Amino acid sequence: MLETYIPIGIMIFFGVTFGVVMSKASEWFGPKNPTETKLSTYESGMEPVRSAHERVSVKYYMVAMLFIIFDIEVVFLYPWAVNFRQLGTFGLVEMVIFIAILMLGYLYLWKKGALRWD
Amino acid sequence: MYNLVSYITLLPLLGFLINGLFGKKLHSERLSGLIGSGVIGASFTIAAMMFLEMLRTPVEDRSHVITVFNWMSAGSLSINVAYQVDQLSILMTLIVTGVGFLIHVYSIGYMHGDPAFWRFFAYLNLFIFMMLNLVLANNFLLMFLGWEGVGLCSYLLIGFWHDKKFDTGGYKTGSATTSDAAKKAFVVNRIGDFGFLIAMFLIFNLFGSLTFEDVFSRASALVTAGDKTIFWITLLLFVGATGKSAQIPLFVWLPDAMAGPTPVSALIHAATMVTAGVYMVARCSILYALAPATMEIVAIIGVATALFAATMGLVQNDIKKVLAYSTISQLGYMFLGLGVGGFASGIFHVMTHAFFKALLFLGAGAVIHAMHEEQDIQNMGGLKSKMPTTYKTFLVAALAIAGIPPLSGFFSKDEILFRAFTQGSVVFWLIGWVTAGLTAFYMFRLVSLTFEGEERWGHDKHPHEAPRVMTVPLIVLAVLSIVGGLVGIPVSLGGGNAIEHWLEPVFERAQTHLSTATEISSSLEYILMAASVIAGIAGIYLARLLYLKRTEVATKLSTSFKGIYRLLWNKYYVDEVYDVTVVTPTVKISDKLLWKGVDVNVIDGMVNVTAKLTAGASGWLRRIQGGVAQGYALAFVVGVIVILGILILR
Amino acid sequence: MDFLGSELLAIAPVLSVTILSLLVLVVESLVTDSEKISYWVSVFGLLICGAISISTLDLTGNVFNHMVNVGGYGSLFATLFTTAALLTVVLSRDYLRKEHVSFGEFYLLILFSTVGMMLMAAAADLIIIFLGLELMSICLYVLAGFMRKRSISNEAALKYFLLGAFATGFLLFGIALLYGAAGTTNISYIVENYGKLAASPLFWVGLGLLMVGFAFKVGGVPFHMWIPDVYQGSPTTVSGFMATGAKAAAFSAFILVFAHQEFESGEKVHTALAFIAAASMIVGNIVAISQSNVKRMLAYSSIAHAGYMLAGLAAGNQLGRTGILFYLVTYTFMNIGAFGVLSVLEREEEKNLTFDDYAGLGTKRPFLAALMSIFMLSLAGIPPFAGFFGKYYVFVAAINAHLTWLVIVGVLTSVISVYYYLRLVMMMYFQESELQFTQPSSVSSLAVLTIAALAVVEIGVFPSSILSLINNLY
Repeated sequence: MLETYIPIGIMIFFGVTFGVVMSKASEWFGPKNPTETKLSTYESGMEPVRSAHERVSVKYYMVAMLFIIFDIEVVFLYPWAVNFRQLGTFGLVEMVIFIAILMLGYLYLWKKGALRWD
Repeated sequence: MYNLVSYITLLPLLGFLINGLFGKKLHSERLSGLIGSGVIGASFTIAAMMFLEMLRTPVEDRSHVITVFNWMSAGSLSINVAYQVDQLSILMTLIVTGVGFLIHVYSIGYMHGDPAFWRFFAYLNLFIFMMLNLVLANNFLLMFLGWEGVGLCSYLLIGFWHDKKFDTGGYKTGSATTSDAAKKAFVVNRIGDFGFLIAMFLIFNLFGSLTFEDVFSRASALVTAGDKTIFWITLLLFVGATGKSAQIPLFVWLPDAMAGPTPVSALIHAATMVTAGVYMVARCSILYALAPATMEIVAIIGVATALFAATMGLVQNDIKKVLAYSTISQLGYMFLGLGVGGFASGIFHVMTHAFFKALLFLGAGAVIHAMHEEQDIQNMGGLKSKMPTTYKTFLVAALAIAGIPPLSGFFSKDEILFRAFTQGSVVFWLIGWVTAGLTAFYMFRLVSLTFEGEERWGHDKHPHEAPRVMTVPLIVLAVLSIVGGLVGIPVSLGGGNAIEHWLEPVFERAQTHLSTATEISSSLEYILMAASVIAGIAGIYLARLLYLKRTEVATKLSTSFKGIYRLLWNKYYVDEVYDVTVVTPTVKISDKLLWKGVDVNVIDGMVNVTAKLTAGASGWLRRIQGGVAQGYALAFVVGVIVILGILILR
Repeated sequence: MDFLGSELLAIAPVLSVTILSLLVLVVESLVTDSEKISYWVSVFGLLICGAISISTLDLTGNVFNHMVNVGGYGSLFATLFTTAALLTVVLSRDYLRKEHVSFGEFYLLILFSTVGMMLMAAAADLIIIFLGLELMSICLYVLAGFMRKRSISNEAALKYFLLGAFATGFLLFGIALLYGAAGTTNISYIVENYGKLAASPLFWVGLGLLMVGFAFKVGGVPFHMWIPDVYQGSPTTVSGFMATGAKAAAFSAFILVFAHQEFESGEKVHTALAFIAAASMIVGNIVAISQSNVKRMLAYSSIAHAGYMLAGLAAGNQLGRTGILFYLVTYTFMNIGAFGVLSVLEREEEKNLTFDDYAGLGTKRPFLAALMSIFMLSLAGIPPFAGFFGKYYVFVAAINAHLTWLVIVGVLTSVISVYYYLRLVMMMYFQESELQFTQPSSVSSLAVLTIAALAVVEIGVFPSSILSLINNLY
C-alpha cells in the first residue's frame, strides 16, 4: 500500500535537496569581498538610527486585524455574486443575515473605539 | 411486615439529617442525644419485630427481598436499591442496631459538654445508616455503598477531636494528630476497597449480574470448583475484607484508629464495622466454597493475625491499644472459622464479640473519663473500689473473652477451635489454642493493672463511678455477654446449637461443596473444650501472678527478653516497613520523578538536547517562544508518533 | 423559503444561543456601564436556551445537507453546555468584581464559546466539528488571558493559544487526509465505509491525527502539558468552564467520530485510546499528589478524569458510550462546583489558593467547607456521590471489553487519588489556622454551588434520572 506514496517521498526529497543545495551553493561558490560599505545596513548611504527591534504600537496590529477580518468576508461575497441568479431570494436572505451579523460586530468595535486612531 | 425494612435504614438517616442540619440550632444536648439514640432504638424495635415474625414462619419462608426503588439501569446492567431480609442479615441488623443503641445512650453521658455534641450524634447516625445498608443490601453495589460509607464515617469520627495528639507507639513521634490517624485509616481501607471493586467488576463480567441471588444461584452451574477466575474474585474480595476487618497485611490502621472518642472505638472499631469483612465473606460463602485455595488463605491469614495481634497486645500500656490488638486478634479467629468452612461459627463469634468487646471499650471509656483522659494503665490501679459497676462489668467481659464457661465467649471461640481441629488442621487448632491463652493473659494483665493492686495515680485525680446513663448500657451488655452464648451451646453439651440451625439455610449452597465433617466422637470434643478452658485459666492465673503478686518478675522478664519486648512494643515494625516500602516511594515518585523529573527535567532536558542539536543549524525551535511551551509541543509530537505508530503498524 | 424555516427551527438550541450572544454584543455596543445588563441578559437568556435545548431532546435526523444533526445527542450536550455556562456566568460576577476586571465581554465570550461547543456536539460533518472547535477555542484563548494585568494569566493565554493552534493544525490535517482517503468529510459516510477505507494508510494517519487533536482538547497524556499552566493561570471560573464545558465538547466530538459499532472492541483504535487513557490516569493522579496549589491539583485531577472517560471510549461498547456521557454530566457539576468554591475563596493576586490556606475552613465557613467536601469526595469516587457511578460505568464497560489491565490501572490510580482529595478535606476540618476568610460570598454564588452539590448527590442516589435520558439516545 505504502508504495503508492513513493513518488511523494521522492518529490519531498528533491524539493528539500534543491532548496538546500541552491542556497548553500551560492554561499560556497559566490565570490566574497566584504567592504565596510557593503556590510552596512543600507548601501544607499542612509545611516540606521535606532535598533530595528522596536515595539510597534498596538494600533497598527488592530487595523491589520480588522482589515483581515472584514476583507476575508468579501471573499465570501464574490462566489455568491457569481451565482446570484441561481441562488435567488434564498441566497439574498442568507447574505443579508450574514452581512447583518457582520455589521453587529462592526457596530461593536466602532462603539468601543477600535477604529479611532488616538 | 418485611416491607418495614426500609424504615430500619431510613430512621438513622433521618436522625443524621435532623442532627446534621439543625443540631447546632437545637442548642440542647438532651434533644440531640434523644433524637440520635431514639432513631436507633426505633430501628432496633422494628428489626426485633421482624425477627420475631421470622421465628414464627417456617424455614423456607424466611428469606425476602424488598425492592425500594430502581437505582439504575443501563444496557444489561440493572440494579435496584433492594434489601435482603434473611436469617443472616436480620441477625447482623439486630447486632448493629442493638449494640449501636446502647452505645448511643452511653455517648450521651460520655460526650457531655462537648461543643460539637450534635455533630457526633449526626455522624454516629450516618454510620448506622451506612452499616445497615452494608448488611441488608441484596447486591454487591449497594453493599459497596455501605462499605465505603462506613469507611467515610469512621474517618470522620476518628478525627473527631482533630487537634488531639495521640501516641503512635514510637512510630512518627511527636507531630501525629488524630487527623493523621483518620487519614491512615481511610487510605489503608481504600487499598482494601480496590480489591473489592475489581472483584465486583469480575463478578459482573462472569455472572452478568451483581444481585446476590443471581450470582449465588448461578455460581454452582457456571463455575467449577477451583476455577482460576473464582479464585481471583474471592481473593480480591478477601483483600477488601482484610482492609475493613484489619487483618494481615492491612491491620495497621486499627491501633491508630483508637485516637477517636471511645464510643466510636466501641461501635465502629470493635462491634460493627470491623466485622463487615467477616459478614461479607460469610455472605459470599458459596463463592468461597468454590475456591478452596482462597479458603485456605483466609484460614491462614486469620490464624496468623490472631496470634500476631495477641502477641502485640501483651506489651501495650495504653488501655485502648490493648483492646485494639485484642479486636484484631478476635477478628482473626472469625476468619479462621470462615476459612475452615464454619461460616456459622464465624458469625456466632461476631455476635458474642460485639457484646463483650463493646462492653470492654465502654468500660475503658468510663475509666478514661474517670481518670481525666489518662489512658496509660501504668498510671492506674486500684480502681475496683472507686468504680464498682465498671469493674464488675469489665470483669465479666474479660472472663467472656478469656473463654471461661458458661460465658458467651467460651461457646463461640470453642466452636471455632473445634471446627479448626476437625475441618482444618491440628496446626490451626494449636495456634488458636495458644492465642486463647495469650488472650486470657493480656486481658487479665489489663484488669489487674487497671482495677486491682495499689493506686498508682496522683492525688489530683478523683476517680468516681460513671453516671447512670453510662453504667446502664454497661450492665445490659454484661448480661448479654453472659447469656449471649446460650444460643450456641453445642449438641454435646446438651444444647441445640440454635444459631447454627438458624443460619443453616443461608450457608446451604456452600455446604454442598464443602466436605462435611465426619462424625466426631464427643469425647474428643470434651477434650478440646477442656484444653481451651485450661488455656484460659492458665492465662488468667499467670497474669494475676505476674502483675499482682510478683510484679518484680514482670519487669525482670521485660528486661531479660529485651529484644522480643522491643519487637512487640514496636509492633514488629510493620508501620515503619510500610512507610519505607510503600508510602515514601509513592510520594517520591510523584514529587521527584513525575513532577520534577518528567514534567520539568526530562522535558526540559529533551528541549535542551534538541536545542543543542539544532543550535548549529538554526535554533528556530528556541526562537518560537522563550518559555517551556516548546517542550510541551515536543511531548505532543512524541505522542503523535506513538499514536500513529499504533494505528499504522499494528 | 419553507425548508429554511424548518431547518432553522431544527437547530433552535444553537440558534438561540447565537442570537443571545448577538444580543449581548449589541448591549455591549450601545449601553454604557453595560456589565450589569449583560449579566442579567446572559442569565435569563441561558435559562431560556436551556429550556429550548431540553425541548428538542426528542427530535432526530439531520439538516443543512447532512451537516448538522438534530436533537438527541446534540441537545443533551446543548443542555449540559448551557447549564455549565449558566453556572459559570453566575459564579463569575463576584469573581470578576473581586479581581477588578468586570467587563461585559466576559459573558459575551462565554456565550460564543458555548455556541462553538454546541456545534461540535451537533456536528454530522468533520468541517462543522472544526468550525465549532475553533469558535470555542478562540473565545477560550481570550478568556484565559482575561485578567490582563496578571502575568500568569497572560502566560496561560499565550501558551494555550500557541499549543492550541499547534493541535488544531494536526486536527485539520487529519480531516484533510480523511477527505483524501474517503472523498468526503461526512462522518456517517466515513464510518459506514470503514471496511473499505481501513486498507488505506492515509485513512489511519488521518484518523490518528484526528485522535491526537481531540486528545489534546480533552487533556489526555501526552497531549496534556498545557493543562496545568493554563488552568492555573486562567481566571478560576474560566478554568472551571474549560475543565467541564470545553472538555465535554471535545469528548462529544471524540465520541461522534470514534464511538461506533463499526469499531467494535479489540480494534487498534481502542488500543491507542487505552494507551492514552492509562497514561492520563497514571500521570494525572500521581503528579496531583505533590501539588501544593489547589487549582493546579484540580488541573492534574482533570487530566486523570479525562483518562477515566477515555477508558470508556477505549472499551468501544454500548456501556462505554453510556458511561462517558454519564461521567461527563456528573463531572460537569462536581468540577464547576470545586472551581466555584475556589473562586469564592480566592483573593486578589492569587492568594488563598494553596492547601494550607484551607486550614480551618470547616469551622470558619462551614457551609462552603461542606460543599467542597461533597465535591472532593465525589471527585475521589466515593459512593453515594455521583462521581463513583461515572467511574463505575466506564470500568464495567472496560472489563466487558476485556481491558482488565486498564481497569486495574484505573482502580489503583483512583485509590491514589483519594489521598490528595482527602488532603483538602482534612485541611478544612482537621487543621486550625489564624487565617480569616473575610471575603464575602454573594447569595447567588452560594445558590449556584448548592445546586451543583445537590446535583452531585441527586445523580449519585438516583442515577437513573440521567441514565434514562442517555439510554434514549441509543
